[in-house]
Amino acid sequence: MSTDPTTRPAPPAYARDAEVHPPLDYPGYRSTALRHPKRGLRLLPHLLTEVTGPLLGEDRISENDSDLTRQHDGEPQGQRIIVHGQVRDGDGRPVPHTLVEIWQANAGGRYRHTGDNWPCPLDPNFSGVGRTLTDDQGRYRFTTIRPGAYPWRNHDNAWRPAHIHFSLFGRAFTQRLVTQMYFPGDPLFFQDPMWNSIPDEKARERLVARFDYANTAPEWALAYEWDIVLRGREATVFEDEVDED
Amino acid sequence: MARYATTPSQTVGPYLHIGLPWPDGPFAVAEGTPEGVWIRGVLYDGAGAPVPDGLIETWQADPEGRFDHPDDPRGAVARPGFRAFGRCPTDANGEYGIFTLKPGPVPGPGGTLQAPHIDVSVFARGMLHRTVTRVYFPEEAAANAADPVLSSVPEPERATLVARPAEDGYRFDIRLQGEDETVFFDV
Repeated sequence: MSTDPTTRPAPPAYARDAEVHPPLDYPGYRSTALRHPKRGLRLLPHLLTEVTGPLLGEDRISENDSDLTRQHDGEPQGQRIIVHGQVRDGDGRPVPHTLVEIWQANAGGRYRHTGDNWPCPLDPNFSGVGRTLTDDQGRYRFTTIRPGAYPWRNHDNAWRPAHIHFSLFGRAFTQRLVTQMYFPGDPLFFQDPMWNSIPDEKARERLVARFDYANTAPEWALAYEWDIVLRGREATVFEDEVDED
Repeated sequence: MARYATTPSQTVGPYLHIGLPWPDGPFAVAEGTPEGVWIRGVLYDGAGAPVPDGLIETWQADPEGRFDHPDDPRGAVARPGFRAFGRCPTDANGEYGIFTLKPGPVPGPGGTLQAPHIDVSVFARGMLHRTVTRVYFPEEAAANAADPVLSSVPEPERATLVARPAEDGYRFDIRLQGEDETVFFDV
């Protein structure tokens, strides 16, 4: 291999997964109308800036960041839940020590945000913000309150299904992901443009947590399990071609 | 080859401000660093209105073109006080600002050299997925002309990727749509 650093190849590129994600132009979600590029995206090769990314550590986390029920003097109202899962890449590799950030509405469906003024009370004991790092195996775990559904003005009688916002970094700029976790059996999916914007129905289901009775904390909290898959590497000529599926 | 289907993206929504901003987010390099520059700009929608509920994130090499990351085949290089990552929500006027160090050139494919650049992610209410763009620097005309990514963009649109000089650094406005629409990349 050459010792000249300018001629060394970049590490393998990441697999492109545009077909999995919602389109930027989705008329059902009215606010996309003026906020989507019309020229079409230009292909960016995965060079050094794209295959690297911020590896943020413990300094981003403070005490109680992963337990949203203990961030105030009193306990928040609502159904206490554990939300846990594993972050992996598309090759099945766990993504260890990566920052996971969440934010959500309270049990009644109201966010602690100046822009959220619908007539549902704020909870003085709930901020709705959490952070954690995944462990060696890519696992994360939050304790929180099950968020409520809430109305919005996108269409007539529009309601957002209950959801928790998730933000993930992975290990490369290409893997950055912001998404939402939903709850199983929500009757509001049918009219939700966020949900319906995902072209493939199977892909939508990947945003739904699984009720996890086995990990319920007896006499304390229900549990939901939600695994997250970030982009994997593209195939290279050096890769073992064993078909494991 | 990737075998597991990835988790789809969803919008950050209108309430991103409670969850994503960090007090030190805009400081990709420590506040007060003498060589630091501000990259400021406004995020505009297709009607030319500022977007007050967006989030800008930046990722870049250090002034020597190095990354503190194990996947850089040249090795990871840490630089004290330099996070290389910036995050800033847009304010009521659609403005953001990132305080950072100007990056150095970075190796490109086939022995080419990429001009100094910063990768940018744009998130906002009304965007179901992030968009990605790049900031290039106005005083790097020769390097910009040889940059494999920038030179692949048709000439009239190339200017949308080049920051303008400003008193304390650079100005980089981002237009999501319209006549001067910023060039965005499929990453």
